[in-house]
Amino acid sequence: MSNIMIKIKNLTKSYSTFAGKVAVLRGIDLEVQSGEFLAIMGASGSGKSTLMNILGCLDAPSGGIYELNGVNVQNLNKNALASFRNHIIGFVFQGFNLLQRMTLVDNIALPLVYAGIPREQRNERANAMLIKVGLEGYGTYRPNQISGGQQQRVAIARALINHPKLILADEPTGNLDTKTSQEIMELFSELNITDGITVILVTHELDIAQYARHIIHVKDGQINFREPTKRMKEIEK
Amino acid sequence: MIWFMLREAFDAMIANRMRSFLTMLGMMIGVGAVIVMSAIGTGAQDVVEKSISSMGSNLFIVLSGSTTSGGARMGSGATPTLTLSDAEAIAELPSIGAVAPIAPGTAQVVYGANNWSTTIIGSTPSALIVRNWELESGYAFTDADVRGATRVAIVGQTIVENLFKDEDPIGKMIRIKQAPYQIVGVLTKKGQSLDGRDQDDTILVPVTTAQRKLFGSQFKGTVRLIMVQAISAEQMDETEKAMMELLHQRHRIRDNAEDDFSIRNLAAMAAAAADTAEVMSLMLGAIASISLLVGGIGIMNIMLVSVTERTREIGIRIAIGAQERDILLQFLLEALMISLIGSLIGILLGVGGALIAERFFSMSVIFTSQSILSAFGVAAMVGIFFGFYPALKAAKMVPIDALRYQ
Repeated sequence: MSNIMIKIKNLTKSYSTFAGKVAVLRGIDLEVQSGEFLAIMGASGSGKSTLMNILGCLDAPSGGIYELNGVNVQNLNKNALASFRNHIIGFVFQGFNLLQRMTLVDNIALPLVYAGIPREQRNERANAMLIKVGLEGYGTYRPNQISGGQQQRVAIARALINHPKLILADEPTGNLDTKTSQEIMELFSELNITDGITVILVTHELDIAQYARHIIHVKDGQINFREPTKRMKEIEK
Repeated sequence: MIWFMLREAFDAMIANRMRSFLTMLGMMIGVGAVIVMSAIGTGAQDVVEKSISSMGSNLFIVLSGSTTSGGARMGSGATPTLTLSDAEAIAELPSIGAVAPIAPGTAQVVYGANNWSTTIIGSTPSALIVRNWELESGYAFTDADVRGATRVAIVGQTIVENLFKDEDPIGKMIRIKQAPYQIVGVLTKKGQSLDGRDQDDTILVPVTTAQRKLFGSQFKGTVRLIMVQAISAEQMDETEKAMMELLHQRHRIRDNAEDDFSIRNLAAMAAAAADTAEVMSLMLGAIASISLLVGGIGIMNIMLVSVTERTREIGIRIAIGAQERDILLQFLLEALMISLIGSLIGILLGVGGALIAERFFSMSVIFTSQSILSAFGVAAMVGIFFGFYPALKAAKMVPIDALRYQ
């Protein structure tokens, strides 16, 4: 298998509104190597969120080719896409998106429920993941009993639970203070370097983006330019 | 997985206690009403059936039919065509309770200095069962007496009054058409029949005795009529059909030929009354079912609210890999749980309510496992039916829209 995680060619996305067709993505070409840590930056309305949704198989492109992990995603039906999101991709959202009714362990284990993993195994893996994100002993807490930073750690644990190849983080630090943001970004960095997980991050904060290896700038539905981060430059040195 | 989903459904139900309870209330009232109504309906039906059967119900009378002799059609019963063996064959049919061949006649009866003209009925011991008639004293003659055509008799109260006065007639010999008969039993008083005939003015003898020794007939072995009692009112139609077929066969009647017998259903009136009771029972059930329907709509309503409220949650689930059927199942289970718990409580309420009706309003109530199971089954179906649309709505959500929902 090639070590190319994502291959995008001439990807377009447009919405029809009553005012006519609005093109959000206008021909994106992108290749992401396995093990990459990529930050996507851009102003609001630049199309970076739409791109993220398409990358996450939550939205379908209007045109172009999107290959994820060697599979042409357009050929997959709804159920196959769900399975893909379950097994290949881990999501981290700005608003954490934990289920308030459930304990942290159940939240983390939820993807495993949909993967059909038996209960004992689910709990065992969820507890292990809780330790990995530094929240040992918090298993029976509920999301509203812990801080935002801790909630985001739980969300990351949930994203990691089914051993994904790709983590998609949509402004994961948008709701967090600077210090906590740094901690969360350190965690991503560690996952990328130690575990070799490909991470794609959407942010509009340059210092957050600096945790990545490369940054792409999206403007008006196209990739404006791509550059290595300071950190990458340091690693390369 | 299913356990996890059940627990989730339960948690979701608990999370909105009041709302879940109110939704359940609809189901409780619906199921409770169905149970109460059907218990009262079935009870009323039973009362009607019991009072009918005490009159001697489920009866058929098989009569010799008209025959055609040289172009002249004879009236019904003019030529006896029914035989003892017809009666025996009918008795072999399933769903037959008792069969009594009847060979009647009139004769002068003498005891000592007294004499009396009365109706002599030649029959079998089954006649007592068919006519719902009990013995006051003595015993009934037996099938052996019928086989042996012995001279034994069971007498009615009018006979006792006219021949014996204060004497005990059991064991006494009377003379019927000069021949001696021993009295083995005395019938209880039955009074007048509906047409004013004195039913107690009768003597019962074995049918064979009547045929061979009392009333010699040019048609050997024939009887005037056969009384047939079906096991139950429900089996009347079936029984009539079977008898029809049997007699066609035995009398070798071709399909287009006229029957030489006729079957009269004495249960027609009984059936009409039972039908009325049943219609009432159905009406009660139907009215109660409407509240079940309303309960179902309540479930649909609340599930739609719940799905809308939890749009974001659904989006999260879809994003992390829930398939359409996972979401569908989750919301369906929730609806089902509400309706099933509601209907379980409803069953308790219904049974309780019906028992109260029985105790304080002295209504006759009967619970059938059928009515309880069907109320439960219908409730489950209501849950699935009315839960399906909201669940489908949840399952078909577009993940990005759902995730963006505030």
